[in-house]
Amino acid sequence: MSHTTRVLKSEWTKVRSVRSTVWTLATALVVSVGLGALICGVTASTFGDMSTQDRLTFDATYTSFAGMGLGQLAMIAFGVLIVSAEYSTGMIRNSLAAVPQRGTFLWCKVLIAGTLVLVVGMVTSFCAFFLGQALLGSHGVGIGDPGVLRAVVGGGLYMALIAMFAVGITFVLRSPLLAFAILMPFFFLISNILGNVEATKKVGQYLPDQAGTTVMAVVPETLDRPYGPWEGLLIMVAWTVAALVAGFVVLKKRDA
Amino acid sequence: MIELEDLTKRYGDKLAVDGLSFTVRPGTVTGFLGPNGAGKSTTMRMVLGLDAPTRGDVRIEGKHYGELQEPLHSIGALLEAKGVHGGRRAYDHLLCMAQSNGIPERRVGEVLEMVGLHDVARKRPKGFSLGMGQRLGIAAALLGDPRILMFDEPVNGLDPEGIHWIRTLMQQLAREGRTVFVSSHLMSEMAQTAEHLVVIGQGRLLADTSMSQFIAENSRTHVRVRTPEPERMLDVLVEAGLRPATAADGALEVDGSEAPRIGELAAANQVVLHELSTQRASLEEAFMRLTAQSVEYHAYAPGDVQAAVPGGPPGPPAGTAAPPQGGQAPPGGQAPPAWGENWRKGRRG
Repeated sequence: MSHTTRVLKSEWTKVRSVRSTVWTLATALVVSVGLGALICGVTASTFGDMSTQDRLTFDATYTSFAGMGLGQLAMIAFGVLIVSAEYSTGMIRNSLAAVPQRGTFLWCKVLIAGTLVLVVGMVTSFCAFFLGQALLGSHGVGIGDPGVLRAVVGGGLYMALIAMFAVGITFVLRSPLLAFAILMPFFFLISNILGNVEATKKVGQYLPDQAGTTVMAVVPETLDRPYGPWEGLLIMVAWTVAALVAGFVVLKKRDA
Repeated sequence: MIELEDLTKRYGDKLAVDGLSFTVRPGTVTGFLGPNGAGKSTTMRMVLGLDAPTRGDVRIEGKHYGELQEPLHSIGALLEAKGVHGGRRAYDHLLCMAQSNGIPERRVGEVLEMVGLHDVARKRPKGFSLGMGQRLGIAAALLGDPRILMFDEPVNGLDPEGIHWIRTLMQQLAREGRTVFVSSHLMSEMAQTAEHLVVIGQGRLLADTSMSQFIAENSRTHVRVRTPEPERMLDVLVEAGLRPATAADGALEVDGSEAPRIGELAAANQVVLHELSTQRASLEEAFMRLTAQSVEYHAYAPGDVQAAVPGGPPGPPAGTAAPPQGGQAPPGGQAPPAWGENWRKGRRG
């Protein structure tokens, strides 16, 4: 068994042996699916009140992902906690004493956490979609309709990426308090404002979550971005990679 | 074996560790002693590659820590009681450390048994007492059955039973031929465990010596003499070739342990004595004297001993500061503050 495999096993033991893993990921799933279903239910019953224009550009897929805006915060919490717990408990010293190859340590943690959030993200996305469409009834779409499967798979990727972005940032910031204080308000409020207010939209729409959500929209008018759905996701991937590399540089350079 | 060479760590403009060179050898318990803030923990973190030295080098069995593929087999360390996720069961904490170094899972049970934590293996350390936390840290250090063990202040917060247990454990590990490096800020604690002693103050090496030599050199004995006629007694002692000093309370102090001779001198000269006793300075005092100049924050107490005669101060204890290459202590400034230092200062003033 290679060294990397051993470190992967160790990181898997770490992730599965704390309660916060189950809590944060379960919350992400329940909130995303639940809130999405609620909004789909309400939309279905008030569909007749909508304007013709709104009906024509109605994005049934995107509507079923309405809960993700809130659910992603739990994904971010998972990403923050998996890293910051190392620092706040002092476990990092034991971890790095056991695995002094800091690159191996970080990328094994990223791989384990990434796989886990990808699985949970996909389950969340598919559940939200199917439950939402069922509630939308005749206004809903099928998974086989053009662009829909891409959006649903994209939703799962989005959830995984937002968590991994938080992992990277927390490797830079180290403190759970600091990471939560910056990431939570940013993704809950600030980025939405920057991405949608006319004055800042030009720049704001390139923020990781603003760009990433593009992949979940099937009707282009929903978000009105100058880039396509996959390009949008790619922008988010770039942000995430940048955050992880920054985290790696800090881990490598700074005293633990 | 742990070898430090000119190991230096600078934080801003403060030198936390300043050119430390010494070797920790197998088969004995080496005590790493220094006042709080002397740089002990920083040194230990550099040994483990957690903090990068500003200058110098530290090697584990000839290798840098980062070159050790699975270091828990070579060196096990207890850094601080914390360092454990409060919500991760003791068993899982040890398991994740074991897995990262390819240590078989049954070893986790073994070390838990060894430190007496098998009953709480499935409990979360959040609720552990300080002593249980220390035991869990020691279990982690023992996981890889390493040749080198390093403990930072292991007896902190332990009850007497726990202290006894750790002492016995460290001595047993050393008897098995392992290198045991343990830090403390308590001389009395080290005197009972360590055979070799490395003393630092303000990041600098003050002594690198065997415990027995340290005791021989630093446990100054003197004879305390109290008399209603101190001036006459002084003359008598000086005439006899002794070097008495006057203590703050007016008593006379003579280096050495010649109480019988001093008593006879007093009798021959018909000086009345109220007290004649042999005093042995504790190791704690010797340690405080050694580190006095290097203590970062200390309550200042004015010198309580002043030599009364210009015949010269009592000889300082032999210098114990070993320069990197070994050999004699450097003359002058570098030597630890000696007994009688105040007298010299007084003379100059």
